[in-house]
Amino acid sequence: MSNNRRVVLTGVGTITPVGNNVKDFWEALLNGKTGVAHLTAFDPSPFNSHIAAEVKNFDATRYMSLKQERRLDPFVKFAIAAAKIAVEDSGFDLDEINRDKAGVYIGSGIGGLHTIETEHAKYLNTPDENKAASKMSPFLIPMLIVNMASGLVSIELGLKGPNSAAVTACATASHSIGDAFKIIQRDEADIMVAGGTEAAITKMGFGGFCALKALSRRNDEPEKASRPFDRERDGFIMGEGAAVVVLEELEHARKRGAHIYCELLGYGMSGDAYHMTAPDPTGSGAVRCMKSCLEDAGLNPEEVDYINAHGTSTPLNDKMETGAIKSVFKEYAYKLAVSSTKGVTGHMLGATGAAEIIACAKAIEDKVIPPTINYEYPDPECDLDYVPNQAREEEINVALSNSLGFGGHNVSLVVRRFTG
Amino acid sequence: MSEVAEKVKSIVAEQLGVKMEEVKEDAKFIDDLGADSLDTVELVMALEEEFGAEIPDEDAEKLTTVGEAIKYVTEKAAKE
Repeated sequence: MSNNRRVVLTGVGTITPVGNNVKDFWEALLNGKTGVAHLTAFDPSPFNSHIAAEVKNFDATRYMSLKQERRLDPFVKFAIAAAKIAVEDSGFDLDEINRDKAGVYIGSGIGGLHTIETEHAKYLNTPDENKAASKMSPFLIPMLIVNMASGLVSIELGLKGPNSAAVTACATASHSIGDAFKIIQRDEADIMVAGGTEAAITKMGFGGFCALKALSRRNDEPEKASRPFDRERDGFIMGEGAAVVVLEELEHARKRGAHIYCELLGYGMSGDAYHMTAPDPTGSGAVRCMKSCLEDAGLNPEEVDYINAHGTSTPLNDKMETGAIKSVFKEYAYKLAVSSTKGVTGHMLGATGAAEIIACAKAIEDKVIPPTINYEYPDPECDLDYVPNQAREEEINVALSNSLGFGGHNVSLVVRRFTG
Repeated sequence: MSEVAEKVKSIVAEQLGVKMEEVKEDAKFIDDLGADSLDTVELVMALEEEFGAEIPDEDAEKLTTVGEAIKYVTEKAAKE
């Protein structure tokens, strides 16, 4: 297989708890302005956590027809919006590209939970079962299935190339981007619109994570609740939104004079084979995926300047990930910058990996590393340079992003400054 | 315009995400108002809900314009 085809990032789009465009998202990351607050979608008082990072002031009608706005599940609406922002940013003309070689790869960790809950409640609340059956919405299935984000983005944009979706919990967006990268390398597409989306802050989604005791209970101080690598961290914060990138074959991008953010160089993945929700405490799965990513990219560990960690702010993840980074990078682990942007965004679950590769791209472009916020009390088991609390101006060339999902799915992606 | 006609039109506008002024009596759901086959299923369900009537599939298939829907619902209401 020819691996000569290089892949660059030419467009970015986000709908996040800290802004519905990339500029606001990036400024919030640099200024450490968190999107975590008291949950507003419903009364969270019956649950053990009361806080979340919700998308605010999202106007779907800017990106789709009224009819779509009315009937689509929020996770699909977020994806369409982020994809359209990314495509507009990349500047390619939909009428001038070969649409058969332009595809979509957008996953979601959970899918249409809003639709499932609404329709299920309607069914149960209709006493006559015959009536309940006849009232089932024809949109129930198409709105809840996880692949529909990818499907509808392709319909909205008319992209007829490869179309698929990864479903790997918190690693979803990174798998989607990595798989899309390989699709372009294999010459099955020239352009891939790839990323992840999530809208699972519903009673069932939120309550489910509460039951797992996975969420922070720092209910009185929501703005300080997401504190990756800090000793007092006590769980992650549910976030939502979508993040999408445009990946493009280098010569295709060059020919049209596209703005190139960075080059996507490597993709590695592994499975823990350990536990449904807990990470393997030895970190061997995370180690293997970082190593295979570097190998895929042809990079030595010492060439990496910055790691955007998965850093969820759970006791287990942050300790394990720190150990894994030390195992891959040895002494050099103490010299590179590691930060988690989840203090600001919360955990956008199936969208998080795409938001974080965009953070890496922006960090390379703007020569500034986003900080890990709410870092107050050093944890002896987390002893790397987490770029605490303040953004750091520094020219970085290579950035690696980790995403580690329930089910033991591990992904690393690595990007490099594009210099020709 | 009758109350029924007004109500049907507003349901059509809401369901199909179109402006009230586009919902003319001779407007075809699929050709003029951009409905697809799933929209028409949901539209019929919304009419059933609003008017407390049951619209059998064989009748629903014949309702292709706004005017036909208004006429059908009006007649149905008169019979009951």
